[in-house]
Amino acid sequence: MDQGKPRHWLAVALQLGATGGLAALLICLVGMVEEFSKRYIIVDLLEMGQAMLLLILIATGYMTARRLADRPPREQLLASAVSGLVPAVMLFALVLLIEPLNMRSVFLNASPGLVDILTFGQTGGAALVLMAAAGTIQALAGGVVPHLSPRTRAPLVQAIAWVGLTGLLADILRVTFTNIPGAIFVLGWMFGRGSGKGLSIPGVVVVFGLVAYATYRRQKRPAGAPGLRSRLDGRKARLVNIGLWAAAAVILYLLPKLLGPYLSEVTNSVGLFVLMGLGLNIVVGFAGLLDLGYVAFYAIGAYVVAVLTSTAVGSEAGQIVWGPGMSFWLALIIAVLISVLAGIILGVPVLNMRGDYLAIVTLGFGEIIRILAGSDFLKPYIGGSQGIVQVGVGRIGGLVTFDKPQTVFYVVVAACAAAGFISWRLRDSRMGRTWKALREDEDVAQAMGIHLVSTKLLAFATGAAFAGLSGALFASKIGSVYPHSFKLLVSINVLSLIIVGGMGSLPGVFIGALALVGLPELLREFSEYRLLMYGALLIVMMLTRPEGLRPEATRRRELHESTGPEAEAPPAGMAAPGEASAGD
Amino acid sequence: MLRRFLERATLTDVFMWFVGGSIVTLVVVGSYLTLRQGVYTTRHWFDFLVFGLAQGSVYALIALGYTLVYGILRMINFAHSEVFMSGAYIGFFVITAMNKSGFLDDNPLVSLSALFLVAMVTSVVIAVLLERIAYRPLRKSPRLVPLITAIGASFFLQEAFRTMFGSASKGYPDVDALQGSWTLTGEFIIQKIQVLVIVAGALMMFLLYLFVMRTKTGKAMRAVSEDKDVAALMGIDVDAIIVRTFVIGAALAGAAGVLYSLMFRQINAYIGFIPGIKAFTAAVLGGIGNIPGAMLGGLFLGIFESVGPILFLDGLGVAAPYQLKDVIAFTMLVLVLIFRPTGILGERLATTKA
Repeated sequence: MDQGKPRHWLAVALQLGATGGLAALLICLVGMVEEFSKRYIIVDLLEMGQAMLLLILIATGYMTARRLADRPPREQLLASAVSGLVPAVMLFALVLLIEPLNMRSVFLNASPGLVDILTFGQTGGAALVLMAAAGTIQALAGGVVPHLSPRTRAPLVQAIAWVGLTGLLADILRVTFTNIPGAIFVLGWMFGRGSGKGLSIPGVVVVFGLVAYATYRRQKRPAGAPGLRSRLDGRKARLVNIGLWAAAAVILYLLPKLLGPYLSEVTNSVGLFVLMGLGLNIVVGFAGLLDLGYVAFYAIGAYVVAVLTSTAVGSEAGQIVWGPGMSFWLALIIAVLISVLAGIILGVPVLNMRGDYLAIVTLGFGEIIRILAGSDFLKPYIGGSQGIVQVGVGRIGGLVTFDKPQTVFYVVVAACAAAGFISWRLRDSRMGRTWKALREDEDVAQAMGIHLVSTKLLAFATGAAFAGLSGALFASKIGSVYPHSFKLLVSINVLSLIIVGGMGSLPGVFIGALALVGLPELLREFSEYRLLMYGALLIVMMLTRPEGLRPEATRRRELHESTGPEAEAPPAGMAAPGEASAGD
Repeated sequence: MLRRFLERATLTDVFMWFVGGSIVTLVVVGSYLTLRQGVYTTRHWFDFLVFGLAQGSVYALIALGYTLVYGILRMINFAHSEVFMSGAYIGFFVITAMNKSGFLDDNPLVSLSALFLVAMVTSVVIAVLLERIAYRPLRKSPRLVPLITAIGASFFLQEAFRTMFGSASKGYPDVDALQGSWTLTGEFIIQKIQVLVIVAGALMMFLLYLFVMRTKTGKAMRAVSEDKDVAALMGIDVDAIIVRTFVIGAALAGAAGVLYSLMFRQINAYIGFIPGIKAFTAAVLGGIGNIPGAMLGGLFLGIFESVGPILFLDGLGVAAPYQLKDVIAFTMLVLVLIFRPTGILGERLATTKA
């Protein structure tokens, strides 16, 4: 496209600057900047809202410098500076125009609070000078990044990303570790006082120093040097392995006690999404069948358990007419079996469809299930829009009742472990390879003697089983089911998390669920912008890292084959901001 | 003939024919029972029909956008429903401003034209940005990649509009000129707004048909949809044609957005979703990639959906059948894709091209 004569650096800087400026305007107008400004990353110094603008400006400078990689450094830095100036001027124009145009009547978030944040509390010329200076300096900082030697760049970028992350999660870290004796002193010193205050200055220094040093050390170790475990002989290695497993078990046992009810609840939500992610990972990641109606199986699992175990049975309002009041465990098994059956029944019609058609038909299935669940037609049996209440919980004798988040945790972990194990064994099995063949090319796979019908149906059935299990646990965890819990956005959520994690990659599912479900649950401000960010994330991921954060090896190779050698190895600096932006 | 068919039929075929057969039986029995009960008079059916036609015109206009883009890029532009929504949304601010200043009541024709223009331009800008940022860089990627981007873009636009302009639903103001109704003969009454929607829809579809069939750009579009590489060899600027396709589709969607809002009054950031899927269904129904097919499919689906719930389900004693109108539309999509993936007029196969 740009194969003609090279463009002037100023043109590139202006173009990218305008793009960055549009992004900055957008996050201001959707209200992110103001909403996020209540949470500090570094106490009294850097708010999350400012940090987002900062990130955009740094990214703008960085992209500008990279786009001009073949020009002299002086030109690159100049261009970076200009590309930072442009968003600053655009934001200043916004500030100027809000009042005279009465913009607030249309853009709800163009408020005095926003103006205050953007102008650093100044007005007129002083504001312009400050904003321009800030923009230029930030973009320049971004422009410098490609010029650093990799030895400095990686520790620096990693350390900044970790400072950001710890600052964001300051509240949670504090709550979690206050139960450990003696930690309270360190915590008081490292974090700001009060909630949403982030790291203190000494805290920043500690985190930055530790991460930078660790990254630096890891780089110094020559690649391919034997790690600690491979140096041990077989017997010792086995002992170490057993020790590690035991330690993991102990930690998992203690974790809910350490986390408390709220964080256990968050972990449980993450766990349920991990379950669904593992299931969809088989359907989309392994077999390449894009299923957008995945929430249907989650709903079916939840409703089966609810109907079978609910005690609100009778003819009064808010009750369903039929329900055996079964034990939870039996209902759980039945729910999974029915989900499998549903997976097969909904799978048969779409056997011949591929790609886009499959996506839209499965989306239709998901909507059909949701509408039926909420309709008056089926109201006597499944509660209609009023849902089903008093769903049963699991019990082991009189010993444990899984009704509190801290105890449900164990069930969720057990389910995730089982699903993870099954996925892991399936991935490298004959079936797993068959699925991958299907994903690569259906016609060739069929010509190789793969039976399409059973292969596809098995993928749908396994995926449905995991989702059904997840839904069953969800119903019991919440204690009630309502149709509005099963909207399309659940499917989109699961899809986003496996794409961010890396399609077909198992650790990717866990990382994706943590980043996309865990973070928004922990940071209340996110809830409003959750889907907005998922949407942006899906686009950005597909444009820059289609293989995901933690890709499967084959998928990474194949996705970068077609884009040419230039994209083969993403620069070291790119990985960390990618992770950071997934977190924001 | 029958023996050959039975020999070739597999278990899944039998299952599908069984499902299809039972649905058809249900529909026939339901219709018979409803008509026998005679609760609904001719006038009711006429109202359903006109409403269906108006709704169908909107679906058809949106469906054209899907079909045009699909014909050229072989991808479902998932975010097209948001292109439709954005036009309606920005149009709301324009019409409210004009209503406040009294301009709307003084010059209804001028105001409505301005409304359409603004909405169409908004939709076009959104669609062009979408194509440039989200689709063009991925044109050579595996099929799943642009599809996922499109889904992401759809949600991004929805949420961006919601958070920027507030979550509350907004009501389109009354347009005095469009209030009221005309009496055709005796008991048959038709609302003015429905006439506007049907006539405007038909006019735009006619213009589009002329454009695609008679102009040079239209010819180039058809060539690109036939074969991109060969079209490029013939000296057609493929990128430019793709952008123009997006522009035309978006302009129609923007107009559809205004018509939809004038008819249903309430708008919010999520109004695009359901009409979007319906329009896609309509496009598939008519044969995706086929322009007259999309028009026909849209009208057919609109009528089907307006008449269907009452006709098919009321007689069966289903409570609140109108709640299930979306289920009927989706079921039809599935059935069409299974039994006639080429659609009514199409010749392309879902299995080979998708």
